[in-house]
Amino acid sequence: MTTTTLRTRPGPARALRAAGGPAARARRKRLLHWIAVHAMALAAALFFLLPFVFVFLTAVMSDEQAMSGELWPHTWHWSNYATVFTTPGFLDWWQNSLLYAGLGTLFTVCSAVPVAYALATFRFRGRRVAMILVISTMMLPPQVVVMPMYLVWAQQLHLAGSVWPLVIPMAFGDAYSVFLLRQFMLTIPQEYAESAKVDGCGELRTLLRIIVPMSRPGIAAIALFQFFFCWNDYFGPQIYAAQNPAAWTLSYGLESFKSAHNVNWNLTMAATMLVMAPVIVVFFFAQKAFVEGVTLTGVKG
Amino acid sequence: MAATTTGAPALRRKRTRERLRILGFLSPWLIGFSVFFGYPLIATVYFSFLHYNQIERPEFVGLRNWTYVLTQMPLFGPALWNTLWLVVVMVALRVVFGLGIGLLVTRITSGAGFFRTAFYLPYLAPPVAATVAFVFLLNPATGPVNGILGAVGIPAPSWFNDPHWAKPSLVLLSLWGIGDLMVIFMAALLDVPKEQYEAAELDGAGAWGKFRYVTWPSITPIVLFAVVTGVVQTMQYYTQALVAGKLASGVSIGPGTVIQPGYPDHSTLTVPQLVYSLGFQNFNTGAACALSLVLFALAMAVTVLLMRKRAGLLPAED
Repeated sequence: MTTTTLRTRPGPARALRAAGGPAARARRKRLLHWIAVHAMALAAALFFLLPFVFVFLTAVMSDEQAMSGELWPHTWHWSNYATVFTTPGFLDWWQNSLLYAGLGTLFTVCSAVPVAYALATFRFRGRRVAMILVISTMMLPPQVVVMPMYLVWAQQLHLAGSVWPLVIPMAFGDAYSVFLLRQFMLTIPQEYAESAKVDGCGELRTLLRIIVPMSRPGIAAIALFQFFFCWNDYFGPQIYAAQNPAAWTLSYGLESFKSAHNVNWNLTMAATMLVMAPVIVVFFFAQKAFVEGVTLTGVKG
Repeated sequence: MAATTTGAPALRRKRTRERLRILGFLSPWLIGFSVFFGYPLIATVYFSFLHYNQIERPEFVGLRNWTYVLTQMPLFGPALWNTLWLVVVMVALRVVFGLGIGLLVTRITSGAGFFRTAFYLPYLAPPVAATVAFVFLLNPATGPVNGILGAVGIPAPSWFNDPHWAKPSLVLLSLWGIGDLMVIFMAALLDVPKEQYEAAELDGAGAWGKFRYVTWPSITPIVLFAVVTGVVQTMQYYTQALVAGKLASGVSIGPGTVIQPGYPDHSTLTVPQLVYSLGFQNFNTGAACALSLVLFALAMAVTVLLMRKRAGLLPAED
């Protein structure tokens, strides 16, 4: 599509040469429009990409140069990344982030599927109330209920200082995932489930054999969102893991990394790159599912 | 007569089985909702009437926490002001900028894939990482941004270190991560029927006329959705403000150090941060609970508004 429109478009030189006549004027107007749009796009691209470039360049500078305010590294110190990796604790943080994000995502998907299915297909009294409650939980700032929950995890269950208070609640139907997956399941025609039931499938088999395979894009989207949420979470680890540095996640540890290496912007930027990298790698592998998920949140408007 | 008397119990049994099945499917959420939402909400209300520092025995103090939080606590005013400032300015600018980028993206004909990815990428940067990066980029002494501004001859602000510029710097950071809104607006803009533009053109509408009479009416639901979700998110605004304030202050945070939140000059202190600070730094559980209920009331007010306006969250069939 794009390439064909490109080819039929007049080359800049040819369009400028033809100055007279209404057709030529229209062509010139289109060319100016093209230039204006792409100039703005380039400016916007600089705004969005330059921060990454500066972070990347600073991450490979020497200690002295990183404090100088210069933009281009004199010598490329790739060993800064090794220094970050060998910083005590950094590998623990990686492990904890992977544990939190991996298990959290798995638990979320397993618990959200049946709940979303029930809310999408069964007609029962209280269905509307249940939906309103799900949405209310989504809207709720996490700080509102944190005090009593912290006391339960810390004083009754003695699990503060670990990632478990973050992971375990994910096994009980995260509201945002339930909502999103339910919206997706509503788009699956009821006839599929009905014909499965005519063939003698029970509800559970219908869900696992028919609905789950058809909801794969929706499930992929909530899995990605949840993975990113856990990976990025700062408040949760700050409440439950802060007491024990061995339980910190990358997102939480990164800030203390800066505090400990106050003057070494190069190491802090290398650590920043290492926190961003997994999310961006995951994105490039799952781009389609991700963009689909983002549109899913808004498409019902 | 006989048929109905034998039919009713069977029907009732079938009904019961059906209800149990629904409960079974819903059970993960029902448990989660009661344990991680219902219980703590009730407990928060209860704690808000106690004097409790997590060590001594709690003591009932009536409304004292509430009067303290609402009338005596010096930081409540600034925190509420900052949160409301961010809700108004950040949400408005994000929607305008997101719509602008969406409009731009739908007009790009060369390299559309590249530009789309470039515009989207910052949204993916983990908030803490993005904030650390921006504190570095905008730091007044050696940051590249002020270096470039200085070279061009533009007077450079102190960004995160200046009470007047700290919140605008946070807004800049939020505009950098506009990817989510861009995608939503892009999808909405591509859904506008092409024929309507052609018809408007035949009627002699210019670029503004086409936007005003064709684009705008068909994307207003999405704009409303973006505003409402933006308001909800911004009321929870926490991580970026906290990390930016801590890092820009340059104070290294050892265990047990209590620093004044909201550097510089409480300009980045938001209500959620104040809840954390009260509960986990001052160990004033009762006051933290009272304040978190104020936040809850604010969030609920917006949610109720949202349910009434039907900003695309509850589908019409419900």
